[in-house]
Amino acid sequence: MNDDVLFSKEFSVVGKDFSNAGTVSTEIKAILKEIGFDRLIVRRAAIACYEAEMNVVMYAKHAVVRLSATPTSVKIEFQDEGPGIADVDLALQEGWSTATPEMREMGFGAGMGLPNIKRNADDFDINSEVGKGTHLIFTIHADGENG
Amino acid sequence: MKIEEIIKVIECKVITGEKYLDKDFTQVLAADLMSDVLAYTDPGAILLTGLRNVQSVITSHVAEVRAIVYVRGKVPDSEAIKLAEQKKIPLLSSRLSMFEACGRLFEKGLRSGSNLEAP
Repeated sequence: MNDDVLFSKEFSVVGKDFSNAGTVSTEIKAILKEIGFDRLIVRRAAIACYEAEMNVVMYAKHAVVRLSATPTSVKIEFQDEGPGIADVDLALQEGWSTATPEMREMGFGAGMGLPNIKRNADDFDINSEVGKGTHLIFTIHADGENG
Repeated sequence: MKIEEIIKVIECKVITGEKYLDKDFTQVLAADLMSDVLAYTDPGAILLTGLRNVQSVITSHVAEVRAIVYVRGKVPDSEAIKLAEQKKIPLLSSRLSMFEACGRLFEKGLRSGSNLEAP
């Protein structure tokens, strides 16, 4: 495992800003591609990142997103200020959702977000406090069979 | 099957991406829910959807869907068209229903681009 950081950057996502939803994930995808990660690794990171970004847009006030890439891993962290998740285990079940009709019109809010982030990540950690916010960290290893 | 042929089979108009009509497809994904596209799509498929907003294009770019057909005669909004031009994703509009469009493509040998059918 090589831990030298090749690239790190912070981004900001604003809640309810539906017109810019997805721009951070698109930028992160372009950065990872530019660094030269395998396309399946880039795709997994982009999908997980986009799901997390949509969660912030739909539910939180704002979030700081931290990307950190080493030669063997992509780590993405979402720290948001928002309502938090009362029952994280429940939110990790496919199909469980508190989405509004507006969110569903966007093609989201089916209760697939967190499970899909977990599915695409090799390491996944989530801590949430009701009334404060959610801290999500996921890592995709680029030194395995898909690396 | 090349997009040129898909256009004939499911009666499409080209909204944008005239330059990319020689892209070749073997897999189709049909979904209105972008979460399903993100969760179950293999890279490289063509997406049939009724969701006409910009999220259809962002989702396709992120999940590596290479072309989009809007069914039921829908036309994507201007933001979606603009982003598709940047990301080189051709957009088509078919007057057919989702069921009819999928059926005709299946009949011509295209198969599911969803990993739910994987063995």
